[in-house]
Amino acid sequence: MRWLNIIIGTAIAGVLAFFAAKEIINDPVYFLELFLGGLTRGSIYALIAVGYTMVYGIIELINFAHGEIYMIGSYTALIVASVLGLYGYNQVVIVILAFVFAIAYSCAYGFTVEKIAYLPLRNAPRLSALISAIGMSLFLQNYVMLAQTPEYLPFPELIPELAIWEPYAHIITAPEMIIIVTTVIVTALLGMLIKFTRMGKAMRASSQDKIMSALVGINVNKVVSTTFIVGSATAAIGGVLIASHVGQINFFIGFLAGIKAFVAAVLGGIGSIPGAVLGSLVLGWTESFFTGYFWSEYEDVCAFTFLVLILIFRPSGILGRKETKKV
Amino acid sequence: MLKLKDIHTYYGNIHALKGINIEINEGEIVSLIGANGAGKSTTLMTTCGIIPAKRGSVEFKGEDITHLSPDKIVALGLSQVPEGRRIFPFLTVAENLDMGAFLRNDKDEIAKDLGYVYGLFPILAERKSQTGGTLSGGEQQMLAISRALMARPTVLLLDEPSLGLAPIIVKQIFSIIKQINKDHGTTIFIVEQNANLALKAANRGYVMENGAITITDTGANLLVNEDIKKAYLGI
Repeated sequence: MRWLNIIIGTAIAGVLAFFAAKEIINDPVYFLELFLGGLTRGSIYALIAVGYTMVYGIIELINFAHGEIYMIGSYTALIVASVLGLYGYNQVVIVILAFVFAIAYSCAYGFTVEKIAYLPLRNAPRLSALISAIGMSLFLQNYVMLAQTPEYLPFPELIPELAIWEPYAHIITAPEMIIIVTTVIVTALLGMLIKFTRMGKAMRASSQDKIMSALVGINVNKVVSTTFIVGSATAAIGGVLIASHVGQINFFIGFLAGIKAFVAAVLGGIGSIPGAVLGSLVLGWTESFFTGYFWSEYEDVCAFTFLVLILIFRPSGILGRKETKKV
Repeated sequence: MLKLKDIHTYYGNIHALKGINIEINEGEIVSLIGANGAGKSTTLMTTCGIIPAKRGSVEFKGEDITHLSPDKIVALGLSQVPEGRRIFPFLTVAENLDMGAFLRNDKDEIAKDLGYVYGLFPILAERKSQTGGTLSGGEQQMLAISRALMARPTVLLLDEPSLGLAPIIVKQIFSIIKQINKDHGTTIFIVEQNANLALKAANRGYVMENGAITITDTGANLLVNEDIKKAYLGI
């Protein structure tokens, strides 16, 4: 089986490398566009995927309501931006406040969802919590649909085109640049939080052994809450960025984005933060090149075929670690 | 110092502890021996608040801690070295020790304690930047004890410190347990299947069977008790 994997892997890589080389020579600018498009896409996935992977790392739950938190973030930004726009506020003020409110609301929702839907099931079988997560996801979608509207709503362009960027805009637009840069900053901050702060250490310890963490004095429930809050904040940032980029939102956007980010998290190795970022980028590039060179209608098919292939050939993901514990 | 009064603990429907009474005085080394499944580890988990008692009470320094959360109990000065050591496998040795001092803010004192545990187990200083999962069983046990000491506990609970270790390492660990008791006056409560070693090290001992305490006496007396010789010492 191992040899078969290696042979198949090498064959696929060879074919891909051949096509890539051919296309790069044929039309380097188009290739670069697709590359950067994939990078933008991957950045957005990464902002959502880190939330999935952090929650999974600590309580081994696929938080299916995570996509909805992202959707709520973009709705909050839309409402704030529309209201402030009516009063004629400055664009910069609107952007800042839209982000602040989106993050605050998403965090509040993430925190509450955990307390209502997951905390009471902490010691229940994992399937119960998973079903609860799916229920929460459906509830939030329908709640937003009823509270807002089932129609698509136009989303204002919060991140404007920059005049000085004009000459390069055909390769990568200024908003795309900002999405990539924001993702780099957010993931770097997140990495530092996990690596150096007291809470970050508590998170890492809790993800490895919750009982032992409690025995050294960590309040594990607090760690779980914090994880949901941090994950919701990054999802909200992603939600606002992509809504501004795409230009419209509806109550359903969280579902597909959430599932794709989930694919990315599994691809990178669920539970690993660098894995989630890497998986997101790989998925972003795959989708971008696939739609650019093959069939653009099959974008989602491509992503989910990817998921099936990972689950068959490398279930622990690119950077996933096999849990080996000495007893 | 630590008083367990008529403790009843359940795992679902299983009545694991059936009215346990244990009292540990300041500065003592006390052993709890018994067969597999007698309820020894459950006793420690109940004391630390991981599996709270259904009935009865746990008193620590005169305070009722029966229903406190585990982190609050650690803050009061009760630390456990759990069964199977439970080293954080992907944290380095230094980070594992750091986690032991999670609730403390006194940097200078933490550094002092770190020096103390590295003095007890120099091998840990050598392996400082290795991850916990790569250590041998004996080294993991040393790390687990050191991690518990980093909380500067007044009472140290040890669950089967000899489990799965070579006899020479077991000897070393027990002599260090005695040394910790001497150096800091730390009260020590050891749960062991290795009755001989545990009773030799202890001032007093308790014998547990099927979730209840059957005999209690001084360690020396228990070592010569005929029933115990037969059942636990294999003589």
